[in-house]
Amino acid sequence: MNVETKPDVIVEEERASSVRCALSLQLRKRFQTRDCSFELNVDLEIPAGITILFGPSGAGKTTILDCIAGLTTPESGMLNLKERVLFNGEKGIDVSPQNRRVGYVFQDLALFPHLSVKKNVQYGIASLPASEREERSRQILESFHVAELQQRKPSEISGGERQRVALARALVTDPAVLLLDEPLAALDAAIKSKIVDDLRAWNESHQIPILYVTHSREEVFALGERVIVLQNGKVIAQGTPHEVMTAPRQETIAVLAGFENIFDAHVTAIHEDRGTMTCLIAGSNVQLETPLVRADVGSALRVGIRAGDILLASIEPAGLSARNVIPGRVISLAQRDVIVVAKVNCGVELEVHLTLAARDSLQLQPGREVWLVIKTHSCHLMAS
Amino acid sequence: MDWQSFWLTIRLAVLVATVLALLGLPIAYWITYSRWRWKFIAEAVVALPIVLPPTVLGFYILIALGPRSPLGRWWQSFTGHTLAFTFEGLVIGSIIYSLPFAVQPFAASFAAVDQRLLAASATLGASKLRTFLELILPLSLPGLVTGIALSFAHTMGEFGVVLMVGGNIPGVTRTVSIDIYDKVQAFDYAGANATALMLLVISFTILSLVYALNRKVWAVWPFK
Repeated sequence: MNVETKPDVIVEEERASSVRCALSLQLRKRFQTRDCSFELNVDLEIPAGITILFGPSGAGKTTILDCIAGLTTPESGMLNLKERVLFNGEKGIDVSPQNRRVGYVFQDLALFPHLSVKKNVQYGIASLPASEREERSRQILESFHVAELQQRKPSEISGGERQRVALARALVTDPAVLLLDEPLAALDAAIKSKIVDDLRAWNESHQIPILYVTHSREEVFALGERVIVLQNGKVIAQGTPHEVMTAPRQETIAVLAGFENIFDAHVTAIHEDRGTMTCLIAGSNVQLETPLVRADVGSALRVGIRAGDILLASIEPAGLSARNVIPGRVISLAQRDVIVVAKVNCGVELEVHLTLAARDSLQLQPGREVWLVIKTHSCHLMAS
Repeated sequence: MDWQSFWLTIRLAVLVATVLALLGLPIAYWITYSRWRWKFIAEAVVALPIVLPPTVLGFYILIALGPRSPLGRWWQSFTGHTLAFTFEGLVIGSIIYSLPFAVQPFAASFAAVDQRLLAASATLGASKLRTFLELILPLSLPGLVTGIALSFAHTMGEFGVVLMVGGNIPGVTRTVSIDIYDKVQAFDYAGANATALMLLVISFTILSLVYALNRKVWAVWPFK
């Protein structure tokens, strides 16, 4: 959608969709254990479509889902699903999980092990007449491509098939909101994206809010239209994945978003004409050219650089557009899955990710002198 | 071999196991899922028959069933005779005595059912009763079989409570274990052996069946 040319239409659409489908919640809940206390305190408006709840484990993601489903009772707050009030602390309203019309796919799926795929899917529509029950379970199993597994037990089908059955079981009840607690975490990317395509196709016609909990940043980019970042029970950022994850304003989000290199720095020069500035990394004499932000010479900030955004060269490169070319020495190399994690000392220690082939063709080994190449716009600035 | 006392014992054990299956399920459900703070007291009461000497238990049951207790008086006004030294009294005593052997396996198997399955059932709109009948019961089948079989076998072999509550009336309260005791007192070792061997074989068969059945159930439903 083009915001500049048709602003009025979009405002109208947004208002319509939020009235029709929004889930709005204000939840407070404290947990007190012997050695730590945790307070959930969130205030969210969630429209139709996929919204990612992202954050480290223990951030309160599953607790939010449990509160929405009615499996956990918040201490205070309110929860509205369209016009329906599901919870209101002041008025003492607390609708039971049975009557909330919430579809919930648990992390471990919670398929009933003693029932066939078909019986699992029909479990939530037992009150319908038999013919309609058959018809609806057949339709949903077909739209998730598991119709041929109807008679099998959950233990007799593959992991990806189980995820599809769990989605079908939750969706066949025609829920008003769908909660997904890392249901696809264990699957490989190809199967995952196919399942998400099926889910999106289903939601084209149903238009319900879908809350998807994950702690994997790949999933944030792959799945979400919106992302809400949680930490210690609080919302620390929300927006599109691109807004939130590629230009983090806070270090906690930067770490979550995969910035392996974060340094304290201060501004040493401002080049308004070039749209850049120069920053000196604290405790070193490494100067980085970074994008220009509103800052004065001498002001302190933090610089984040993704390990995958740094190039390595074995001889000093020339004729590059990249503005930062820094000499350094390889300290260590470690292989992690299909990437090589190199630690390079250039006054400060930087983590660099490269492929196995790159390591071999550069003949990298500890002690080797290298040049680091970093584009200006790979240096992300955050408030310190 | 005293067939009269044998069939009496079987009748008693079947009746007690049936009542305990019906009575033990709600008690076990409550013990597993209640959040009442004094629940531990109820758990201790249910477990008491395991540690108390049967004579102690039998003594108090006898007092409770006797004509001086409210229960005994009520029963007497209702039927014209006391509960003590009757088959009905024996059934009540045996139910109390074997209660933990039913309730504890039931409760243990209920507690082993994954909480998330129950949560899933709730979000799918199923009532507590439906969740119990369609999820908890089938998933705790091994525990149910164990509990019913144990309460049956345990009732077959009881001695102290039977003697205290029922006495030794042929055809009414003389069970197999009392029959054995009687025969030994009368130096009828051959007769005692025949009956004792029978009890041994039956108990062994029941327990073997329970373990075999449970293994089969687990193999058919791998839970992970």
